[in-house]
Amino acid sequence: MAGLEIQRKVKYQEELDLEFPRQVAAMPGAADLNRCIQCGTCSATCPVSVYMDPTPRRLVAMTRAGFKEEVLQSSTIWLCASCYSCTVECPKGIKITDIMYALKRRAIEEGVYPRWLPIPVLAREFFRKVRQTGRSNEGQIATAMILKTNPLKLLRQIPLGLKLLWKGRMSLLTERMSGDREQLQDLLDYVDRQNHQAAPGTEA
Amino acid sequence: MSFLYYPGCALKSSSKGYEESLLAVLGQLNFPIQELPDWSCCGATTYMGIDEKKAFALAARNLALAEQFGAGETVHLVAPCAACYLVLLKTQKYMAEYESIGRTISAALNAVGLKYEGRVRVRHALDVIIHDIGLGEVRAAVRRPLEGMKVACYYGCQVARPFAEFDDQHRPRSMDDLLRACGAETVDWPAKVTCCGAMLTGTIEQVGQRRSYMILHEAKRRGVDVVATACPLCQFNLECFQGPMSRRYGDEVKVPVGYFTQVMGMALGLDDRRIGLDRLFIPLWRPVAMV
Repeated sequence: MAGLEIQRKVKYQEELDLEFPRQVAAMPGAADLNRCIQCGTCSATCPVSVYMDPTPRRLVAMTRAGFKEEVLQSSTIWLCASCYSCTVECPKGIKITDIMYALKRRAIEEGVYPRWLPIPVLAREFFRKVRQTGRSNEGQIATAMILKTNPLKLLRQIPLGLKLLWKGRMSLLTERMSGDREQLQDLLDYVDRQNHQAAPGTEA
Repeated sequence: MSFLYYPGCALKSSSKGYEESLLAVLGQLNFPIQELPDWSCCGATTYMGIDEKKAFALAARNLALAEQFGAGETVHLVAPCAACYLVLLKTQKYMAEYESIGRTISAALNAVGLKYEGRVRVRHALDVIIHDIGLGEVRAAVRRPLEGMKVACYYGCQVARPFAEFDDQHRPRSMDDLLRACGAETVDWPAKVTCCGAMLTGTIEQVGQRRSYMILHEAKRRGVDVVATACPLCQFNLECFQGPMSRRYGDEVKVPVGYFTQVMGMALGLDDRRIGLDRLFIPLWRPVAMV
């Protein structure tokens, strides 16, 4: 049959990354990954699992099996709002929220998060601002995020911004901590150096 | 015992009304607290997703600063923001629980001339008002009972989960007890511990705002006069996106959303401006019986 395209939709065993589950489980809070009994309580209790593909239960199974690309490229980890419901309800006491954080960090490290997502951009802007000033400034961070991801959306945000200004709930001035900002930067730089000494993916 | 106030970034900007009402209420109850000098951002939930160790270092810096005020005794660090509360607690617990975290963070603190020895107790403002001041004191200070006011107490996620030390994780009641002591009627509703959408209201709107809408809808159909919150982000999400939400879901959801300290302040007879009521988008009126 000419023209018939055969496409393989499942992976062969040898294509799975067996290091991946080990690396994830080595991160603080994620060690219990292997105790998961696939009961699905996490997915059931998650307030946003209806938008997730795969759901948290499947994500855990895929992580354990070594589906590295599929896991790191999924929107699931970015949809997690840190509500900690799954962590509280898990009958095996697995800190699923921490696993989500570990996977977010890994996805950023490898640069494989979905391009349409503004969340990593927001996280980076936040990080930059806090390092500079010791404080976060919601207005400036949100504006920077929107400018970098969807500038047209900024127009829609103008009424909200004006209202916040009028109510004294947004400052155009940069909030700064009062004292020694260099101490804070030295502290963060110290941790940075420690991180670089550790092997990538292990966060030792 | 010393109590220090850790405002966090939001209480200095978008939730100024929370700071104003909290400090006014504590002052009225003869429980003044001093702000932790030179505090810095706790890192919120955002930082954990970038660099966990740096997130912990950022939070630990504040714990170390607070500890200096204790003169060897326990210091209570009062964090009114749910995210600050969770992050500071988590930092403490993980530094003790995970050797690799404790070691790195302690070394980092030492490198900049700080140290943290674990003598800080992180407390939420709700916890302090109920357990250190007490409902009896609050009741005695009420000058204008909130008779006829129906309140939906909304706890959100991070006050109760996952480290709740002063209330039930599934059915918290501290805020209900407190506002009932102020004369209000509170409703029992399952949405009180569900997620408001957190950051998603601004990043993936259709998901985040759907969460907030669900909560407001449940509050509204129980006929409440106000939704009381204990978290800056919950308050912001539930109040500031009511316009876009109403348009998106074709359903007018207009309901005042204030901080529990603002509702309390009304009962203590504090002036509207002192408790930041003028900063709300949707005005919160005193019930007719109270005027």
